[in-house]
Amino acid sequence: MVGLAHFLTVAAILFTLGIFGIFLNRKNVIVILMSIELILLSVNINLVAFSVHHGDLVGQVFALLVLAIAAAEAAIGLAIIVVYFRNRGSIAVEDINLMRG
Amino acid sequence: MIVQTVAFYLFAAVTVASGVMVISARNPVHSVLFLILAFFNAAGLFVLMGAEFIAMVLVIVYVGAVAVLFLFVVMMLDINFVELRQGFLQYLPIGALIGIVLMAELVLVFAGWAFAPEETVTLASPTPSAAEVTNTHALGKILYTDYIYAFQAAGVILLIAMIGAIVLTLRAREGVRKQRIGDQLRRGRADAVELKKVEPGSGV
Repeated sequence: MVGLAHFLTVAAILFTLGIFGIFLNRKNVIVILMSIELILLSVNINLVAFSVHHGDLVGQVFALLVLAIAAAEAAIGLAIIVVYFRNRGSIAVEDINLMRG
Repeated sequence: MIVQTVAFYLFAAVTVASGVMVISARNPVHSVLFLILAFFNAAGLFVLMGAEFIAMVLVIVYVGAVAVLFLFVVMMLDINFVELRQGFLQYLPIGALIGIVLMAELVLVFAGWAFAPEETVTLASPTPSAAEVTNTHALGKILYTDYIYAFQAAGVILLIAMIGAIVLTLRAREGVRKQRIGDQLRRGRADAVELKKVEPGSGV
């Protein structure tokens, strides 16, 4: 029987993989963005698993909103990468100090 | 029931395996393709849970839009990915350490956690039985009534993201001639025609 704990385990593994991916690919912004997408996917799995387990639909509404925000974030992030590549000819994270932050 | 269990382990195993490949693939194009595979299998997990609408939206939005956007950018930019991979193993120990700590914390949370006994009383909007109303129908009923403001806000955020992406990537190229209709329409007789009095026997 597949229960709540099974889905939560998958989500936890995906979340850890996403965090691990950010550390592993510290130079490549595109793979970092993909890792963020993995993290958001794991969050969605958690939301829907709890929603189904409780019989409360609000979790699925929230998952839908998270999905919309993730799409917006990916579009803006990739646009920034394109502009940055046009200006600098590279997307290495270490070079990103234009704002001197 | 046995079919459900087998399907769950299949979807979960492929999702996790493609997650590993996303972060470790040598070529970012392969990363994107494994990301698509991970999203497909996560959609399978959602169908298993009974959230069909979220599953289909995941396939349409993520596979159809976001992953293709990633693919466009990876292929459009002329990046030396071999150079970017240098020092790949340098961050492996710290990344593994943080990953293990995080995983241990998540295991601790999930292992030592239980529902409060009165949890059924506090449902915000209970799911109607699947025999009466489909998942999509039920979701639409509360999304367009109770959560209409959140829904509209999501739409506004998507609009802002769209405008932002266009503004960021639009550029006016030098040396490209384009038809400017406004200038053409504004051009009157006085700008275009000039009367000259020409003396006989001499040029203009």
